[in-house]
Amino acid sequence: MNPRSVLTLLGPFLALMIVYSIFGLLDARFFSPVVTMNILTQTVIVGTAAIGMTLIIISGGIDLSVGSMVALSGVFCAWLVRQGLDPLAVFAATIAFSALCGACNGGLSVGLKLLPFIVTLGTMQMFRGLAKVTTQGTPINLPPQITAWKPWMQGAGVPHGVWLMLLLVVFFSWMLRYTRFGRHIVAVGSNEQTAILCGLPVSRIKILVYTIGGAMAGLSAMMNMAKSSQGDPTTAMGMELDVIAAVVIGGASLSGGVGSVLGALVGALLMTTIRSGCSMMQIPSAWTEVITGAIIVVAVIIDRIRHKKA
Amino acid sequence: MPEKTPEPRLRMRGIRKVFGPTIALGQVDLEVWPGEVHALVGENGAGKSTLMKVLSGAHSPDAGEMRLDGEIYRPRHPLDARNKGVGMIYQELSIVPHLTVEENIVLGMEPMRGPMVDRKTMRARAEEALSHFHHPDLHPRALAGTLSVSAQQLVEIGRSLAMGCRLLVFDEPTSSLAQKDIEQLFGLIDRLRERGISIIYISHFLEEVKRLATRLTILRDGSAVATRDVATTEANEIVSLMVGRSVEELYPKRQRHSGERILTIQDLGGRHKPQQASLELHRGEVIGIAGLVGSGRSEFLRTLFGLDPMISGTVTMNGRAASQSSPAQRWQEGMGLLSENRKEEGLALNLTIAENVTLSSLPRLGRAGVVSLKRMNEHARRWIETLGIKCQGPTQVIGALSGGNQQKAALARLLEHDVDVLLLDEPTRGIDIAAKARLYEAINEIVSDARRPRAVIVISSYLPELFGICDRIAVMSRGCLTRAVPVAEITPEDVMRVATGKVESSRF
Repeated sequence: MNPRSVLTLLGPFLALMIVYSIFGLLDARFFSPVVTMNILTQTVIVGTAAIGMTLIIISGGIDLSVGSMVALSGVFCAWLVRQGLDPLAVFAATIAFSALCGACNGGLSVGLKLLPFIVTLGTMQMFRGLAKVTTQGTPINLPPQITAWKPWMQGAGVPHGVWLMLLLVVFFSWMLRYTRFGRHIVAVGSNEQTAILCGLPVSRIKILVYTIGGAMAGLSAMMNMAKSSQGDPTTAMGMELDVIAAVVIGGASLSGGVGSVLGALVGALLMTTIRSGCSMMQIPSAWTEVITGAIIVVAVIIDRIRHKKA
Repeated sequence: MPEKTPEPRLRMRGIRKVFGPTIALGQVDLEVWPGEVHALVGENGAGKSTLMKVLSGAHSPDAGEMRLDGEIYRPRHPLDARNKGVGMIYQELSIVPHLTVEENIVLGMEPMRGPMVDRKTMRARAEEALSHFHHPDLHPRALAGTLSVSAQQLVEIGRSLAMGCRLLVFDEPTSSLAQKDIEQLFGLIDRLRERGISIIYISHFLEEVKRLATRLTILRDGSAVATRDVATTEANEIVSLMVGRSVEELYPKRQRHSGERILTIQDLGGRHKPQQASLELHRGEVIGIAGLVGSGRSEFLRTLFGLDPMISGTVTMNGRAASQSSPAQRWQEGMGLLSENRKEEGLALNLTIAENVTLSSLPRLGRAGVVSLKRMNEHARRWIETLGIKCQGPTQVIGALSGGNQQKAALARLLEHDVDVLLLDEPTRGIDIAAKARLYEAINEIVSDARRPRAVIVISSYLPELFGICDRIAVMSRGCLTRAVPVAEITPEDVMRVATGKVESSRF
């Protein structure tokens, strides 16, 4: 890792530590394992989706449909559970379904040469609409006798979902840095023209990146369902903005080529920390929005300063 | 040392490429020998880039045959061409700024070890390729985006060398380089040639061709009109072959009478540059500003025009003090600037020719803030005719024109505004030689207009051009402007010496 990328990561990490310490000093309960575990658990949904979004943003794209994908996949998954399918089959089918949604985003923007911003703005509405149409707007509750989902987001100890998220962060950090596919994602986002000249399969790379983004949204959807025990078509409204914010706070550049999966996780953690801290301090929730927004703006300013120096 | 083998390195025969109704390449033959630097010249649109795209696998030819060292060569895409030994160095540098130097060099053909990139092999390959350059900044693990432009170019060359390319194509490689980097590049090309690598060198600069190439091929209207030995061919002949008619004089003959004084600049100083600049300009006169890039030439014009703040000095225009100013005020006083950066500052590329030409003088074209589109187009049509802008009409989007015609349209804006003093910063950069000749004619007509002679200050990096079109030349060196000296009294060498700060010439 070169010194610059260490610096990139250090910023959000420091911010996280400072915010965490401030809340801890104001209220000692904040440092307790229970609260800390809560923060981690609450980060899983945005954090998992942010992993996929990081890849998409590094490749020079964006996905506004991630919140809707979470809702649609969640509904689909809950419906599968109600059909009495084996948990493993449900898991595989949901991932496949959401990956397909992601592939649609990638395929449309690559195949028709449309801006991903516009394509996913459209699919954001479509996926959300489909989720509502198929459920007639009412959540699908998981049957109470099925408990396979519980340990993923609920219960004592560290929920499986947290481990899964951490494992994925490690895997995708490694992939971005050390595999050919990872380096090619950076190349496409950094200078697409050169990537084409050097014979990289640019279209395939882009579609794959959106497909991975979809799969991550599918995982996120299942975690969301495991937490609430239902598939809700109106869940995760506006979640795409949280996910993009996490990635940007984590040091990614919306013009592509730059970003870090670990940074995105830190960004997601930072936002959850602020939320739980504020709710514990009984600060009105509107203020958490102001603070989170301010941190995003600061992150972008820091990014600008860093680029000027480089 | 290169040896003449019976087979040329590259043989292109009867290459033909048609895009819809346009014949981009009629029937092109080209032969390049091992260890030869072969120059390819021609006007913009003559087919150079199409030919090179065919060579590099970006286009496939409609007819004709290519052989590389005697073997049929039919690349399917740029990577395939590179694999087969043909590398391209593009004018717009193609490196990936967020990857390291070594990653850039192996991009597209990374050595693998299981699922991972084999970093050891990658580093070895990169170091091997970089060893040709002896460049201090080129650390394999440096991020390519942090390098200087010339170092980035070396990374691109290294990418081709790492693949063992036998034929390298350089497309206008010096257009973004500083003088000392150009020298280094030439040295490198010489070394590559000695190692038996063949080079196709595309350039607008005949001096570069003379310096590097042994033979040259001239393209015109999609066909190769001649191949000559560089040593025995006159520049005039090359230009004539390129343009397709005899060009007696690239620079128009002039009968000029310098008239009343129109602009006086005294001790002009900007924030950093220029430090000190004084100049007197008369109607009917063209004054050239020579100097190296970064000497403060452009800043001088920008400060004069009110784009950069003026810290000290006085400016008198038409006898009236005009010191502190903004561009809007300068336009009113009768001064217009043509930026060196045509695409980013000079023109609105998405707008039409008429919109661009009338941009600064819209208020005159209508009443009460409503612009008459009809008059706008009429005015533009007049300049299209006067300056010979090749286009479909005033409503064509300006971005679709060739560089030379865009530049003429930019000049038309100054004329449409009816300014007396034209400040031209590198007006002929990036346009082909025939378009240059027409632009010189246009400048000549502007200043020799009998009823209303105008005055021009022009910046150029190309000394023959300054000597060809200017009456007097002043040199900018480290922010200070010398006095303007009549061209008859100085030589290009004098100018170069002062520009590079080597001597205080008594002539200036």
